[in-house]
Amino acid sequence: MEHTTLAHHLLLAGLLFALGLTGVLVRRNLLVVYMCLELMLTAATLALVAFSRFNRTMDGAIFVFFIITVAAAEVAVGLALIVALYRRRGSVKSDELTTLRD
Amino acid sequence: MPDGLFIFFAALTLGAASLLVLSRNAVTSAMGMILALVGVAADFFLLDAYFLGVLQVLVYAGAVMVLFLFVIMLLTDTAESPEGYPWKSAALGLAVFFFLAAGVLWLFVWSGAVPGTAAGANPPELTAAPGEFVTAAKGFGRLLYTKYLLPLEIAGFLLLVALVGVVSLSKDPVEENA
Repeated sequence: MEHTTLAHHLLLAGLLFALGLTGVLVRRNLLVVYMCLELMLTAATLALVAFSRFNRTMDGAIFVFFIITVAAAEVAVGLALIVALYRRRGSVKSDELTTLRD
Repeated sequence: MPDGLFIFFAALTLGAASLLVLSRNAVTSAMGMILALVGVAADFFLLDAYFLGVLQVLVYAGAVMVLFLFVIMLLTDTAESPEGYPWKSAALGLAVFFFLAAGVLWLFVWSGAVPGTAAGANPPELTAAPGEFVTAAKGFGRLLYTKYLLPLEIAGFLLLVALVGVVSLSKDPVEENA
């Protein structure tokens, strides 16, 4: 912990976020896209915890607590939506689900 | 230079996240995601946020990823689209990644916008004033039931809403019409 500064943690969080966004843009499988979205969320929580620790206040950590709660609920609903979509359309590939565009 | 543990877990996290993005097999992607989440949890530990690290492993790497794996195995025919690699979107994604990564590098390493101070002494245990950063889970309880009581109640209600919503979403439409 001695020599690790705030910038190091923020750098890791930023790179994780960039990787997540890349995945969202590149991947075609809805489930993998959803996982990449979760990765972006996790990167944001990492930055929050780092700020919280280096500013010596608890609020950022509490915020992360709520984010984890909401993310759990959100994943449950999102996966239920994907399963319902698969039942109706028989696919989870984003380039085969273009009804609204066509 | 950061210390060795941070470098190790940061490399693990970034490597696993790349596996998540690059792997063509959805199950391998999920494994990379789990590893990345565990790496982030390790970084929480390095930041003295022990309670959040444990929560991250239990809720995210545990419950949420089991749900993901379950749905992946239920739905996907493992291999990604057979008709060639999507080069166009891959190029776009790479461009976005390098743009963002360059920006992040510049902002946090060279611009000097973030002061390079260390975190300071280990945070106090329970003698700290309310609201100050503490490592013990008690610090969470103290704030959750005072300053953040209303958000806590709303979060609980949100979980209930999600529960009901998932049940109604996963009802079989065929069964309903019968």
